[in-house]
Amino acid sequence: MSESTLVAGQLFNGISVASILLLAALGLALSFGLMRVINMAHGEMLMMGGYLTYLSVSAFGKSTGFAVGLVVAFVGTALFGAFMEVTLIRRLYGRPLDTLLATWGVSLILQQAARSIFGPIGVEVTAPPWLSGTLSLGGTALTGLSIPAVRVFIIVLAAIVLGGVGLIIARTRLGLLVRAVHANRAIADALGTNTRAVDLAVFALGTGIAGLAGSALSLISPVTPTVGQSYIVYAFLVVIVGGLGSLAGTLAAAVLIGVFSAGAQIFTSQSFSDVLLLLCVIAFMQFRPRGIVSQSSRALEEG
Amino acid sequence: MSFGHFARRPLFGIVATALCMGTLGSPAPAADTVSVGVLQSLTGTMAISEVTVKNATLLAIDQINASGGVLGKQIVPVVEDGASDPSMFAQKAQKLIQQDSVVTVFGGWTSASRKAMLPVFERFHSLLWYPVQFEGNECSPDIMYSGAQPNQQILPALDWAEQKGYKSIFLLGSDYVFPRTANLILKKHIEHDGKTMAGEEYVPLGGSDFSAVINKIKLAKPDIIFNTLNGDSNVSFFKQMAAAGLPSAKLPVMSFSIAEQEAKAIGPTLLEGSYAAWNYFQSLPDPVNKKFVAAYQAKYPGSPVDDPMAHGYLDVYAWAAAVKKAGTFDSEKVRKAAQSLAFFDVGLGQTKFANNQSLVQTAYVGQLLPSGQFKILWQSKGPIVPVPYDPLSFPGKTCVL
Repeated sequence: MSESTLVAGQLFNGISVASILLLAALGLALSFGLMRVINMAHGEMLMMGGYLTYLSVSAFGKSTGFAVGLVVAFVGTALFGAFMEVTLIRRLYGRPLDTLLATWGVSLILQQAARSIFGPIGVEVTAPPWLSGTLSLGGTALTGLSIPAVRVFIIVLAAIVLGGVGLIIARTRLGLLVRAVHANRAIADALGTNTRAVDLAVFALGTGIAGLAGSALSLISPVTPTVGQSYIVYAFLVVIVGGLGSLAGTLAAAVLIGVFSAGAQIFTSQSFSDVLLLLCVIAFMQFRPRGIVSQSSRALEEG
Repeated sequence: MSFGHFARRPLFGIVATALCMGTLGSPAPAADTVSVGVLQSLTGTMAISEVTVKNATLLAIDQINASGGVLGKQIVPVVEDGASDPSMFAQKAQKLIQQDSVVTVFGGWTSASRKAMLPVFERFHSLLWYPVQFEGNECSPDIMYSGAQPNQQILPALDWAEQKGYKSIFLLGSDYVFPRTANLILKKHIEHDGKTMAGEEYVPLGGSDFSAVINKIKLAKPDIIFNTLNGDSNVSFFKQMAAAGLPSAKLPVMSFSIAEQEAKAIGPTLLEGSYAAWNYFQSLPDPVNKKFVAAYQAKYPGSPVDDPMAHGYLDVYAWAAAVKKAGTFDSEKVRKAAQSLAFFDVGLGQTKFANNQSLVQTAYVGQLLPSGQFKILWQSKGPIVPVPYDPLSFPGKTCVL
C-alpha cells in the first residue's frame, strides 16, 4: 500500500463515515427542523435498532436474519418513536428545555434497560455471508486498497434512504404537508392541516431512520448500551452545520464532516482529528451561523 | 473492637455463632471474627470484569475460614460496590476503613480507581491489595501490587515477539493512562533493541471506528500489532480487521487486556489465533491451579477463570500468610511480613512479594483457541522480579518500601 492508496482509502472511509452520520442525523434534522424538538434520546434509537437487528439475526440466522433485521429495526424504532411522541413530546411542545431534559431522561432509561436486558458488554451481529467479502482494486494505481463490502452496503443504504426521504418530501401529500408546516405552522393549522399528525409522522419516520442506522452500524461495531452516545454528538454537528431542516444541507454537512475527519487522520490521531473538527465547526458557525444551507422559516424565527 | 462488643451480649454471640456455622459450615470460635473489605464494581461498565474478581476473593476467604481462619479468627468479608466510578471507590474505601473497621481491603481494577483510593489508604495507613496488571510508575507503602508491572507482562511479550523474529511492531491502544504509559515503555525498548516501531495509534475509550487505523496499519505493514485497546473497542477492531482482509491468522495481534473473561464476552471466534500475555492462564498445568479452577467452577459452573481473578485469590492467601507471620493485623507489620514471605504457589506458579510490594511472578504468552481457552506457547525463564520504574523510560527512579 502506498501513500496515494492511503489517501484514496481515507477518502473512501470519509464517505463511509459520512453515510453513517447521514443516517444518524436525518431523523434529527427532520424533527429538529420541523418541530424544534431536540431529541436527546435519538442516539438510543440507533442503539435500539442495533439490538433489534441482533434479535432478528438470532431468530432467523445470519443470512435472512439481517434483511429481516433492517425491516424490524425500522418499524420497531418508528413505533417506539411514535409512542414517545404521543406520550411525551407532544405534551412539551414549545418548551425546548423541558423537552431536552425529558428526552435525556428517556435516553438514560433506555441505556439502563439495555444494560439490564443484554448486559454491559455489547452483543455482536455477524455480517451475512453476502456482505462479508472485500472488493479489491488490484492492477490499478490503487493496488492494495481493499474495500470492505459492508461499508459499500452502508453507503448504498444511506443513498437509498436519502433518496426515499427526498421523494417523500418533494412528491407525496405527506411531504406537501410537511413543507407547509415547516414554512408556517400557524397558517397551515388554520388551513385545516392536522399539524399534530404531521409531527407524529415526521418524528416516527426520523426515529425509524435512526433505527436503520443502528442496524447498519451493527455490521461494523458491537451493539452496546452506549453505542448511540458515540454518534449523537456528530449527528448534532451534522444537523447544525448543515442548516436546520434542510436535506441538501444535511447531506453536504455529513460528507464534509466525514471526509474532514478521515482526511485529518492521515496526518494525526483520531483524538486530535476530533479536536480539529470541533475547532473548525466553531469557526464555521461564526461565519455561517445558520449552516451551509440557510433557510428562512417561520418555525425557526418564532420564540 | 467489634468482637468485644459481642461478648457483652451473650445471646447475640450465640446467634452470630449459629449463623457462622450455618453459612460457613465449620465450627467457629464464639464471635471471634475479623473484618476485611472487598471493594469491586458490582454495577456499571466494569462490573463484567470485577464481579468475578470479587467472587475469587470470596472463594479464598471461604477456603481459609474452612481451614480455621487466620490467627484463630474467622474472616468476615464486607463487600462494597465501587460502581465503576473512581470517586465512589474512594468514598467506599473510607467507609470500609472508618465505619466497618476492616483491617485491610482487597479491590480496585482500573488505574483510575486505584489512583482515587490511594490518598484514602495513605491517610489512614490501611493496606490495599490491588489485583490487576497496570502501568507501574507508582510506589506506595499502603498498596500491595500483585498484578503485573510492565516488565512482567508487556516487556516479556516484546522479548517473545523478538525471539519469534517479528521486527516491526505497531502499537495500538485506547487513549488513557495504561496504554499511553505501556507504549511509552515499549517504544524505548523497541528502539533500544534495534527493532522498528511501525506506528502508534490511539482511539478514544469505547471508540468503534478503526477504518483510518486499519489503513495506516496496511500502509505500515508491521509484523505484529501490540494491542492495549480496552473493552468493546476490541470487538470493533477485530471485526473491522477481518472485514479488511487482515484476520489474526494473517497479521498477528498481541493483546494485553483480553483474558478468558473478555474472550468469552467478545466471542472467541472473532479473536481466534490472536496472542495474549499474562501471568496466569486458566490452562496452566500447575496442579494447584487445577484445584483452584475446580473449586471456583464448583461454585460458579461454566465461568472461566482469568489473571485478575487469580491475583484476587492470591492476595487473600498472601495476606493471611503475612498476618500469621506478623502475628497481628496491624497494616505496617503485615506489609513488612508480606515482603519477607518465602515463595508460595496458589495456582500462578512460584510467587512472592518483593521489597517494592509488587509480586515476583512468571510471564506467559498464550494463543486463543476456539474454545475460549489459551494455549500456552511460552513462559519466562522463572519468576521475574517486578520493576515499577522502567530504567529506560524513567531513569533514576527506584522503589523500595
